[in-house]
Amino acid sequence: MDEAKKQQWIKTVQDFTAMTGIYLPDDVEAQLHHLAEVEKIENAKTMYNCMLEDISLAKKLHRPLCQDTGVLQYFVEVGTKFPYLDEIEDVIVTAARKATLETPLRPNVVEPLAEHNTGDNTGYGAPYIEYELVPGGTDLRLRMYMAGGGCSLPGRSKVLMPLEGVEGIKKFVYQTILDWGANACPPLCLGIGLGTCAATSAMLSKKALLRPIGTHSKYEKVAKLEDEIRDGLNSLGIAPLGFGGSNTVLSVNIEAAAHHPATLGVGITTGCWATRRGEMIIHEDLSFEILSHKKSLEV
Amino acid sequence: MKKVLTTPISYDQIKDLKIGDTVYLTGYLSTCRDSGHRRVVQEGILPTKVDLKEGAIFHAGPIVGKDENGKQYMVSVGPTTSRRMESAEADFIEKTGVRLVIGKGGMMEKTTEACKKFGAIHCAFPGGCAVVAAQEVEELVDVEWMDFGMPEALWIMKVKEFGPLIVSIDTQGNNLFENNKKIFKERFDNLIK
Repeated sequence: MDEAKKQQWIKTVQDFTAMTGIYLPDDVEAQLHHLAEVEKIENAKTMYNCMLEDISLAKKLHRPLCQDTGVLQYFVEVGTKFPYLDEIEDVIVTAARKATLETPLRPNVVEPLAEHNTGDNTGYGAPYIEYELVPGGTDLRLRMYMAGGGCSLPGRSKVLMPLEGVEGIKKFVYQTILDWGANACPPLCLGIGLGTCAATSAMLSKKALLRPIGTHSKYEKVAKLEDEIRDGLNSLGIAPLGFGGSNTVLSVNIEAAAHHPATLGVGITTGCWATRRGEMIIHEDLSFEILSHKKSLEV
Repeated sequence: MKKVLTTPISYDQIKDLKIGDTVYLTGYLSTCRDSGHRRVVQEGILPTKVDLKEGAIFHAGPIVGKDENGKQYMVSVGPTTSRRMESAEADFIEKTGVRLVIGKGGMMEKTTEACKKFGAIHCAFPGGCAVVAAQEVEELVDVEWMDFGMPEALWIMKVKEFGPLIVSIDTQGNNLFENNKKIFKERFDNLIK
């Protein structure tokens, strides 16, 4: 493709990456404001105020709102008729590197089982890129997530016996958040995946985390479970930040897949109060729309 | 009125603090996390550019930027999970004589005992509030152990009314987060009954 056009596209993805580190997506920010308003405990209010101040300072100073800008993860859903399939990988990796050095984001990535920091958030498997094809489509839907250390620690996946059922799922989730939630910067965005094996359940839980707050599973029973787990976790009162308050989560999303009748796989992925995810659509002429941060871009 | 601790922190400044109290710090504060703890505790090497005796450390890995004159400054510096340093912190406190350990979330039994024995406290800074913290850094004074990379190096800062810091372990052996854990566990037991 034309080099100038490619550089422009890299700049688009670089700016999108920087934006995701500096501004919260509209849904997360709105829900955080809501929890701050309904909080009754005085110390907890102080914590929420500090978070809201941080959000507004980050916007004002154009700096990453949390120093842990994570490992950069990109989720590509691309139409098979999108004209630049060959260039996607190079554009994303280059954009991730440039965003890291120029925003700046924190260079987190270290070589496997070594302390050597690569210095620019790239390396084998980093940034993480996942692809899905959309038959006949001409657009590229790009989502990204910054996987911080603290909020990645509670993540786990387990295959239950089907007879353990909904109660087994709940117990596994509650136990995980009881053990690890306080250190993951709650109120949390929780993604749960229900599938056949540990790996697919984990992947579905990530997909669930990427779904905006307030969206529900298309399966009625699963949607009901989302609300039940949200209420159950909130009754533990772990947020804000483990100091204790009136809630624990910003959201609970579940992605469930048709599965083997002999297994009940459950995956858990958590995002912190500063869940940084972005979503944009890139058209075949490389014009784009940001979907996740409409409100922050107005400012 | 704000309760402000000032480095060097005498035992008198912290002895009456109780878990849940809110304090602020003025003076020198150095970041130190996993690799720094390993160096002090396992390799027996102390930092040379700052004296941690009666000093303060911050479990944090910052983003450091350069301004137009090429001078480094704190862009974003929130706390990291203190629990990761639990296995080393008691020895660290003994070896360095540090009085104030700041981080995210709580620490556990060994650290609680060390705080009581050596006269130190652990405080939690609100996790994720990294720009708030960076704005309370007056000056980035120096850095050592850059061989660890930016997040793990020991960054020496001069801070002014750095906080809010919530006392999570006091000098009397009380532990806020361990107490909270018991409360959350009771609620959990009721929930799954």
